[in-house]
Amino acid sequence: MNRHVKDKLVFWLFLAPALISFLVVVVIPFFMGLYYSMTDWTAVADLKANWVGLENYKAMFSSIPFQYSFIRTFLFTLLSVLSINFIALTFAFLVTREIKFKNFYRAGFFIPNLIGGLVLGYIWQFIFKSVVPAIGSLFGINFLEELLLLADPNLTLFGLILAFTWQYAGYIMMIYVAALLNVPQELLEASEIDGANFWQKLWNITVPMIAQAFTITSFLTLVNSFKQYDIIVALTSGGPTTIFKGQTVNSTELLAVHIYNVAFKYNNMAEGQARAIVFFLVLSVVSIGQVYYTKKREVEM
Amino acid sequence: MGNKKKITKIILTVVTVTLFLFTLFPFFIVLINSAKSSLEIISDPIAFPDKWSQLFVNIKEIWTSPSIRYASSVYTSAIITILSLITISIFSAMAAWVLVRKKSKMSTFVFLLFISGLIIPFQVVMFPLVALFRMINEAIGLPMLRTFHGMIFAYIGFGAPLAVFMFHGFIKSIPLELEEAALIDGCSKTQIFFLIVMPILKPIFVTISILNAIWIWNDFLLPSLILGIGQEIQTIPLAIAAFAGSFVKKWDLIMTAVLMAAFPIIVGFILGQKHIIKGMVSGSIK
Repeated sequence: MNRHVKDKLVFWLFLAPALISFLVVVVIPFFMGLYYSMTDWTAVADLKANWVGLENYKAMFSSIPFQYSFIRTFLFTLLSVLSINFIALTFAFLVTREIKFKNFYRAGFFIPNLIGGLVLGYIWQFIFKSVVPAIGSLFGINFLEELLLLADPNLTLFGLILAFTWQYAGYIMMIYVAALLNVPQELLEASEIDGANFWQKLWNITVPMIAQAFTITSFLTLVNSFKQYDIIVALTSGGPTTIFKGQTVNSTELLAVHIYNVAFKYNNMAEGQARAIVFFLVLSVVSIGQVYYTKKREVEM
Repeated sequence: MGNKKKITKIILTVVTVTLFLFTLFPFFIVLINSAKSSLEIISDPIAFPDKWSQLFVNIKEIWTSPSIRYASSVYTSAIITILSLITISIFSAMAAWVLVRKKSKMSTFVFLLFISGLIIPFQVVMFPLVALFRMINEAIGLPMLRTFHGMIFAYIGFGAPLAVFMFHGFIKSIPLELEEAALIDGCSKTQIFFLIVMPILKPIFVTISILNAIWIWNDFLLPSLILGIGQEIQTIPLAIAAFAGSFVKKWDLIMTAVLMAAFPIIVGFILGQKHIIKGMVSGSIK
């Protein structure tokens, strides 16, 4: 065997295990999915899938539950991104100041991130259903006592946002902490001598210095909010129902849950797949747009 | 001035402690309610339990529950997580190494293919993946669904893009001279990789393993499709879903189950805190 052939062999042998699993698990299913989304595929082994063109996509755009889910997902994503980043920044500012035991607090804020979405969904279901009313009656606060967050279609989404913020803010905090520790202290001290107040220091020095972290944190929170599934399944399983354009819809059935339900609950695999493709396209456009925009801001600052 | 600084410090501490207690409040709720009977939990979910010994009664109930099968589920989760971590890391490092060291159009193409996997959400591939796994079984008689190897194989496929990307970035910074010297000394390519390159990659191994461990241990949707809920092989999240789904109102036992599910990972975190936080942050920045 000459050296050239041997080098080629080594190249492919080293590549094979990772590449084959990646091809089988991601690449091939991706193209299968593109094809299936234009057929009447049922996932039943013996039934052959027939070509239907763009029928599944047409059905999707005229589907009221889909439109509703789409709007709710955007609302959830927007509010989650704001809430998680606001809390995470607050945490990060506190644990980088001169206080005692800050590493201990940091670890405490981070710990909910280790709890999986499914498990924490059940914890928060119990809190919203039993603990909140109990606290209301203990302190005689009628509002809390009668607050049935998970039964009110206008409020349930906020319950989800709260649970998700609880899980994710500690992780995002860590990224902000790393960025804040890189802000040169001399710069802050110099501006203090020049008479800058807290807000001026924050806006003119700290924020521009951590701009790069904003790109990462907003990307992570955006993508993970948009794809949220586990917490919803355990906390609300999509409910409660409400009325949208004269049709009954599930108020917290966000896109990831919606796709799953269309395919399995309503037994419409091909339509579920078409929605998954659109889900992918929208997520790509939104996240690439966000990275492009924040990167541009980074430079301007 | 000194006084003002002191007051600021006190205010900051008070705010931090308050937020800290709020963050830990759900854990407190889980803990006190794991030690209650079903009657107690309905009558008062925020009081301390009458007697803490009830905790052991509940733990025993979860331990012997036929739907949770705690010992077997922890074992399954541990096996799948550990084997996936090892295989993702080693296979991705091998792939990344040859992709960096061999400069050709093919290697650029394969690398870009891996990178494109980073932006594909799981939802797009999940239905066809299950169908493909079924087809593999029909075609060559190798069952992929409801098996350990099928589950781990899927994790390698989903874990490879990020791992290859991170190893690729790191290997680029390793000077080639080291490997060339070994080649002259008569080492084979395989020896060079396992004896010289792998030890240098250790920090990336740690980072990737931590990120993957938290993901795989807590993952729900993928195992629910590959392994199924309520089947022979079940991970901890699947066990919790099967249990909570069948006893919706038994909150005392659900809280105990949640406590026992969170226990291994919290212990792990306390043991390896420093590495975990560092690893997760450096992982996100790449």
